[in-house]
Amino acid sequence: MNAVQENLNQTIKMEDLADDVENDSKQRKAFFLKTFSFLSPLFLLLLWEALAALKLIDVRLFSSPSRIFETFVPLVASGELLYHTLISTSRIISGFIVGAVPGVILGLSMGLFPPVRALLMPLVAVTFPIPKLAIMPLILIVFGLGESSKIFTIAIGVFYLVLINTMAGVLNIDPIYIDVAKSFSASKIQFYTTVAFPGALPMIFAGLKLGMGTALLLIVAAELSAARAGVGWMIWRAYDMFDIERMFCALIVLAFLGYIFSYLLDIIEKIVIPWKNYQ
Amino acid sequence: MDREIIRIENLTKIFRSRNKEVVALKDLNLSVKEGEFLVIVGPSGCGKSTLLRILAGLEKKTYGEIYIKSKIENRPITAVVFQGDAVFPWMKVIENVEYSLKLRGVPSEERKKIAQFYLKLMGLENFADYYPHQLSGGMKQRVNVARAFASDPEILLMDEPFGALDEQNRLILQQELLKIWEGSGKTAIFITHSIDEAIFLGDRIVVMTAQPGRVKAAFDVGFERPREMLSLKSTPQFIELYRKVWEVLKEEVLKSRK
Repeated sequence: MNAVQENLNQTIKMEDLADDVENDSKQRKAFFLKTFSFLSPLFLLLLWEALAALKLIDVRLFSSPSRIFETFVPLVASGELLYHTLISTSRIISGFIVGAVPGVILGLSMGLFPPVRALLMPLVAVTFPIPKLAIMPLILIVFGLGESSKIFTIAIGVFYLVLINTMAGVLNIDPIYIDVAKSFSASKIQFYTTVAFPGALPMIFAGLKLGMGTALLLIVAAELSAARAGVGWMIWRAYDMFDIERMFCALIVLAFLGYIFSYLLDIIEKIVIPWKNYQ
Repeated sequence: MDREIIRIENLTKIFRSRNKEVVALKDLNLSVKEGEFLVIVGPSGCGKSTLLRILAGLEKKTYGEIYIKSKIENRPITAVVFQGDAVFPWMKVIENVEYSLKLRGVPSEERKKIAQFYLKLMGLENFADYYPHQLSGGMKQRVNVARAFASDPEILLMDEPFGALDEQNRLILQQELLKIWEGSGKTAIFITHSIDEAIFLGDRIVVMTAQPGRVKAAFDVGFERPREMLSLKSTPQFIELYRKVWEVLKEEVLKSRK
């Protein structure tokens, strides 16, 4: 009896132990993983710095983290970097809106109305594959050297991606939802507002995210020609002056902008589509 | 009770595609009484879903006549409980249930009240503000049933609503469906593969032929309500009826396999 009880106690203890071990190892694993993802960029920077210090890479071409940092601080302090960042940001946002709003509207109408789709689809299909950079000279001729040519370059890249995704979003709505609306005799307008639009929202957001990626790509190209400010302009200017450190500073800003914009879109998506399963 | 609410005469549905014609229903005749729970069984592809979709106005008949003697105004004649996952994922549970009322312009207060009543009947009162992705399959199907009842139709059309559920959930939902239906006095047309389900739920079972679909036989079920699955299943009458239905159905299933 005593022996049995002892055994039992032993068993319980063993179980507790097993639990603890499991929890411990899980936590430790999570901690290691986090540390890893934090350490890997740090390691790369250190390696870069070390290679530069040992003169294994040419600092005139590749620079080094400390040199970039030395350039970065005064650029921030003088407000110059912020100035260029704000100019580029306002171009990106304007271009994004000018492209995305008609993209959503046309995409919805092309998804909902077969005649509109029949009318516009050939035009979209023919013009979509044209590289947006290839029409930049044309845009410059039409819109001149001012802000509007830069905004339009970004807008046109965003427009197609949002248009095509929105249309696909409407066309891919599960037919059963259409049946439900029909079986309850929803009017056309009720169908658009209660089924077609909300059903297409996830795809619309996929298009917006892709469009944002393209906008960042195009800002650099748009600021190549006839710009006097902006992060993209900074890069081209640094290229002309062979100022590698400045170039890296601008690249850092672009990476940061890309991160911020995608983060903002994620937040907006979670507010607009609270019903989506984000797991 | 004996008043006829639906009469279908020589209903025929032909699906035409470019170089093929499929006769889904051919000269189908059927009469449904007011307040009746009619269950339709038949081999796969016999056109039972097509029949239901025509009654729901989702599909046009090719020819034949359908008379629905409705005495109600400004309420829908039919509402459908669909087979699959038909709950709108972008609406909360309660918004799904009040959907048809909103379409009809019922004021918000009133439609909340109605929706809450049916949510409670289906045991979902604590899930009103959940989104469907947070619910299990069985709970989603409850929302589906509640949505159809909340629209307060004269005739309920159900297309294998529990077909995708596991056995335990299906038993519970069948029982709950009977409870909510018995209190409503509505006419119900229910499609299923399961003879068990047909006998348990129905006042009358109609067996359809293999494609093209037609009514082959009808059986009165005659068990008293309220019913309880377990005690019903152990009676000799249940087994006898099961056998009769299966014999007729088997012929058609074998035919449809050719």
